[in-house]
Amino acid sequence: MAIELKMPALSPTMEEGKLAKWLVKEGDEVSSGDILAEIETDKATMEFEAVDEGTVGKIMVPEGTEGVKVGTVIALLEGEGEEAPPAAATEPEKPAPTPAAEPAAPASEKKADSGAAQLAAETKPAKDPELPTGTNMKISTVREALRDAMAEEMRRDSRVFVMGEEVAEYQGAYKVTQGLLEEFGPGRVIDTPITEYGFAGIGTGAAMGGLRPIVEFMTFNFAMQAIDHIVNSAAKTNYMSGGQMRCPVVFRGPNGAAARVAAQHSQNYGPWYASVPGLVVIAPYDASDAKGLLKAAIRSEDPVVFLENELVYGRNFELPELDDHVLPIGKARVAREGKDVTIVSYSIGVGIALDAAEKLAGEGIDVEVLDLRTLRPLDKQAVLDSLAKTNRLVVAEEGFPVCSIASEIIAICMEEGFDDLDAPVLRVCNEDVPLPYAANLEKAALINVDKVIAAVRKVTYR
Amino acid sequence: MPKAAKSDATPETSSPGTSADDGDFALHSLQEALGANPRYKASKEELLALYEQMLLIRRFEEKAGQLYGLGLIGGFCHLYIGQEAVAVGLQSALRAGLDSVITGYRDHGHMLAYGIDPKVIMAELTGRHSGISKGKGGSMHMFSVDHAFYGGHGIVGAQVSLGAGLAFAHKYREDGGVAMAYFGDGAANQGQVYETFNMASLWKLPIIFVVENNGYAMGTAVKRGSAETHFYRRGTAFRIPGLDVNGMDVLEVRQAAEIAIEFVRGGNGPVLLELNTYRYRGHSMSDPAKYRSREEVQEVREKRDPIDHAKQELMAMGVTEASLKDIDKRVRATVAQAADFAESSPEPEPAELYTDVLVERY
Repeated sequence: MAIELKMPALSPTMEEGKLAKWLVKEGDEVSSGDILAEIETDKATMEFEAVDEGTVGKIMVPEGTEGVKVGTVIALLEGEGEEAPPAAATEPEKPAPTPAAEPAAPASEKKADSGAAQLAAETKPAKDPELPTGTNMKISTVREALRDAMAEEMRRDSRVFVMGEEVAEYQGAYKVTQGLLEEFGPGRVIDTPITEYGFAGIGTGAAMGGLRPIVEFMTFNFAMQAIDHIVNSAAKTNYMSGGQMRCPVVFRGPNGAAARVAAQHSQNYGPWYASVPGLVVIAPYDASDAKGLLKAAIRSEDPVVFLENELVYGRNFELPELDDHVLPIGKARVAREGKDVTIVSYSIGVGIALDAAEKLAGEGIDVEVLDLRTLRPLDKQAVLDSLAKTNRLVVAEEGFPVCSIASEIIAICMEEGFDDLDAPVLRVCNEDVPLPYAANLEKAALINVDKVIAAVRKVTYR
Repeated sequence: MPKAAKSDATPETSSPGTSADDGDFALHSLQEALGANPRYKASKEELLALYEQMLLIRRFEEKAGQLYGLGLIGGFCHLYIGQEAVAVGLQSALRAGLDSVITGYRDHGHMLAYGIDPKVIMAELTGRHSGISKGKGGSMHMFSVDHAFYGGHGIVGAQVSLGAGLAFAHKYREDGGVAMAYFGDGAANQGQVYETFNMASLWKLPIIFVVENNGYAMGTAVKRGSAETHFYRRGTAFRIPGLDVNGMDVLEVRQAAEIAIEFVRGGNGPVLLELNTYRYRGHSMSDPAKYRSREEVQEVREKRDPIDHAKQELMAMGVTEASLKDIDKRVRATVAQAADFAESSPEPEPAELYTDVLVERY
């Protein structure tokens, strides 16, 4: 039984080619790996090898023929009779694919239910749990809240560990991991060399291997060295593996502008990570959200980028004293209720928005402040609900304006909230320049309360 | 020719001055052990099994090349033909269900060596729902957590630090497992490889780094891209002992694996293996391989082919030509079934587009 040799596709884009030269003639014995012909593609001349053993039968397409379509039979190969028909060997097994596929089907069906069906349902994220009456509120810095979140989760789950530069003996470059080494020891609080790409990869691999790593970057500026592992290794694994390999890692550390450290140390990466499907991106503002969302991030089965802010670490906020303060990922929070205009913000921008709201209240403008808290998946509904209520919206973001979270919010308002708009949505971001060092220039470049107030006046036509 | 570039076979000894405080550390001790006993003493049955696995990889990859030619497989497709002894020899020494493995984009051969069903691998290549990644990964991105095979990674060198993460997890859990991270001579020049060597040695992680030196990083010959072409020496700066291994002899590969695994499982930290091998095909299906001569390829095929080598040895052990033909028939049938399955399986449902992006719902 003759095997048909077909014009091969020799590149991802090849549709036809020239049969440049036959290196065998009819009647030649060939074995697997022998070169049969040279074929010219749009890019190069390629060698066409024999896969099976046999004798070259009829050559159907003579050499020199141009424009031979991929898949055209170019020659016949006569098998040795006993070896030729793998087809015969498979014949009785033909129905095999179906039964073999069946055991897989129920499992994958289940997966599909929990995947696309979920998405299609556009489930509303859970609300923050109600605080039990009589819950004591203590004052805590964001720094302590983050530390407590890690310590509580490490007590709860032995798979959780923290690694990064200066996290152990130095007690954290910004003291966020203070005391953890003492309680959990060097096996779970691990100082790394200054080697972001390498330890981000090790953390990601440890998550694939079943642990729950918290990878601290001294700042997210340094995570640029490691972004390949965050995006290519961590975020895409679950999808590329058809849902069988997970990567429950938390990458955390300070993000955004600090004070007077200039351009390489001052950047908000929120929009970068929020653009990547497969990541969860959280950027809290106050101590309660920092704690509740970091605990949720550590428990999540998905890779999480957790963006903190150095300038907020030392601020004091109320924090509920609960045994297990966990908040829902993917849910924005109304930080201040108002009816005239909405300011959408996140991270340090929330503080600026709240200050602006306070001042504007004195002018008779009642501002609602919406804290996104999670940048991906973004709580679109909360934005649209607030817009429907106030009909005017400003985004306040400490970061570059171009391709920002602000851009995304504006797009959402245009696409899905257009009928609710009484004024164009404005964004107040940092200036579109690398952050300068000089005190006056730095101040001019950053978002501030006055810039936000000016934008609010504009959309309220005051 | 990868071997021709080399002048000596023994690694450098550790530099003077370091021996006083760590007399127990000798970078060359493993190479000496291999030199003293270079080949694993396989029984006929063991060698037959290794032979069949290598043959399965060869025939599977040939078939994949064929299906690519027919347009049934798209994108990039990197074949393992010529390198079969590496994955088969090393894998045969690992402890199934305990040790973990990770590699780069040239991964089909590895998966077959780890006993993963050829059908689901081929169906992934054709982008079908019954593929091991439901058709969402393709040639370069396949995983089997059940077999402790952690991919299948498309970014050159990324698997090295990820592999150290797997080793970290073994050490953290104290389960006695080791991780094996494969990468090519090209990936060996990535910076993260050395960041990883440093931490793996510093923390004594149970990992075997495996450089599959097939002579070419895509189209760049080793000597055009590497200042140090003896890759097994590249761990010395991090105090990782190296082993220079003939990757075309499955029993030498197996022996090197035994030595490395004993060292690593013993809590002594990583080992770096350099497996000198050769790929017969282009870097990927669309590589015309004009950077080397046809004669060079032909010479390796004729003189160093790992499958032919094992076949001669089996015949010397008394295995008949007829029984070897039976194996070939069986392998061809398995591959034909895999191809048939891969062609006849349906494509993923459109709804699969949106599944598996995140695990949880928020």
